[in-house]
Amino acid sequence: MLARSQYFLLAALAVSFVASLFSRSINPYFLDIAVTCGINITLAISLNLINGFTGQFSLGHAGFMAIGAYTAAMITTTLGNKLLPLMGGQTWILFPLALYAGGLSASLAGLLVGVPSLRLKGDYLAIVTLGFGEIIRVIIQNIDVVGGARGLIGIPDYSTLFWTFGLAAITVYTVWALVHSTYGRGFIAVNDDEIAAEAMGINTTRYKITAFVVGAFFAGLAGGVYAHFKQYIAPQGFGFDKSIEIVVMVILGGMGNNVGVIIAAILLTILTESLRKFGDYRMILYSLLIIVLMITRPQGLFTWPIWKRKSA
Amino acid sequence: MTEFIQQLINGLSIGAIYALIALGYTMVYGVLRFINFAHSDVFMVGAFAGYYLARYLPTATFLGGLLALLGAMAICALLGMTIEKLAYRPLRSRSTLTVLITAIGVSLLLQNAGQRIFGANPKSFPKLFPQQNFHPGGGLVISSDQIAVFVVTLVLLFALRHIVMKTRIGTAMRALSFNPTAAALVGINNDLVISFTFALGSSLAAAGGILYALNYPSIDPLMGTLPGLKAFVAAVLGGIGNIPGAALGGVLLGLIETLVVACGGSTYRDAVAFGVLILILLVRPSGLLGKMQTEKV
Repeated sequence: MLARSQYFLLAALAVSFVASLFSRSINPYFLDIAVTCGINITLAISLNLINGFTGQFSLGHAGFMAIGAYTAAMITTTLGNKLLPLMGGQTWILFPLALYAGGLSASLAGLLVGVPSLRLKGDYLAIVTLGFGEIIRVIIQNIDVVGGARGLIGIPDYSTLFWTFGLAAITVYTVWALVHSTYGRGFIAVNDDEIAAEAMGINTTRYKITAFVVGAFFAGLAGGVYAHFKQYIAPQGFGFDKSIEIVVMVILGGMGNNVGVIIAAILLTILTESLRKFGDYRMILYSLLIIVLMITRPQGLFTWPIWKRKSA
Repeated sequence: MTEFIQQLINGLSIGAIYALIALGYTMVYGVLRFINFAHSDVFMVGAFAGYYLARYLPTATFLGGLLALLGAMAICALLGMTIEKLAYRPLRSRSTLTVLITAIGVSLLLQNAGQRIFGANPKSFPKLFPQQNFHPGGGLVISSDQIAVFVVTLVLLFALRHIVMKTRIGTAMRALSFNPTAAALVGINNDLVISFTFALGSSLAAAGGILYALNYPSIDPLMGTLPGLKAFVAAVLGGIGNIPGAALGGVLLGLIETLVVACGGSTYRDAVAFGVLILILLVRPSGLLGKMQTEKV
């Protein structure tokens, strides 16, 4: 007997599989937006675990995404020729393996960021994560094998609707299940009051690192899907702006509110697309949105009393 | 040896600029306990203010350069006060995270409004001061722009020290950073002092912006991000909230960065500052001159 949330997961996987079968008959423009939505949902939900549920403000999520994207892309582009024959030419075996490797290397980076975060709070942590994100970008820029500042080209287009939304569904399920498990209550405890949590015998250090590692893992997976969707990645695409974009999704949806964050991710993706014709004014509107939102509704657009965490 | 001293001079001059920007971060942190992310973009506006003022002033003269500097400082002081009043004052009692995100929003707003108003293409900054290279011997070269950096920074540092230590409003600033509630109880107008702090910090950023543009004469609306982040690192290095610490941190960071570049790590130039930051936060989170604070429940 499966739990209700597991039915949701299976249903979402099935729907995305069926949808991907019809992807040829969908307008490529809408397909593009849909895949971007899926990637952004994954990124925002994985950041929500760090920022929203555990309360550790991270500004370096794009860095984790970059590591995942580059690792996965390097595996499929350089090792793909050798590995594919071993797998009988089946890309559906190679692709998840490459994604998984990307996720693992990103979570290793998450571990590296998580360790100094034990001693830092709030503003400092934000700056250090920002710094890590920038360092990752600079290092990638300086590695010639992955194309340096020119970027990496010729990545095969393995990402379909199934992979994107399947990943999004798995991310949402994992974060949801993790936070609602007995173990996961610790994340919320760290967020609510770190000192009290520690006094209750919760290993706050461990929870913070776990949040970073899990969050980075899914960001890495999202990066891999992104790389195999765009077929081209460059270090500039994973800069501070991208991190901010993800943070805004989490804030807009409401920290620690998964449903709200999903809605916000979809809404912002569509908004970004539809504002594209306004060119420069798009980012001005975007920044005004952040300021006004913070002054008037810091809890996020989609956090209403009925959606408050139950018994948290 | 000459090479080393030359690099030292270059490092000091960029370090002095970092110090000027870092002072703004540290003072705002002192009174409000948050990182004013938009500070680096006030720095950018300062450089652009100098650029536009220079059109109406005689360039390459002492008077013209000085007027451009003072004008830009006044404009940025106003800008800083406006930002504080519109964006930060409504959030006075909220969590630091809310204010931090708002500050990021203000920063993005300034950058993008700047791209709209000033244009996204880099502009070449005019020569404000008379140009001359000095050769103090041994093959060393010091440009007049570098001398301008040293002189202006020293004058501003002493002026700042006088304001903070000797004037009534400076005393009020220190009182506020010590304990805002108690400061209000003894009759200090907290809003006024905070506004003044922003004006002071922003005018220093403007001076930093102009001095930076004199030495790296290509300005664009995104120019503030990196020097701003490095200046923040400098503030943390010296101990955030500590005014002499910010100056020390700025100079040290400038030296470290220049020496790393001189030793062949030029492509890693921008990563150096963050490496320093992570190291200092791991080893001594309160900074070189800062005091450890124990957390009370």
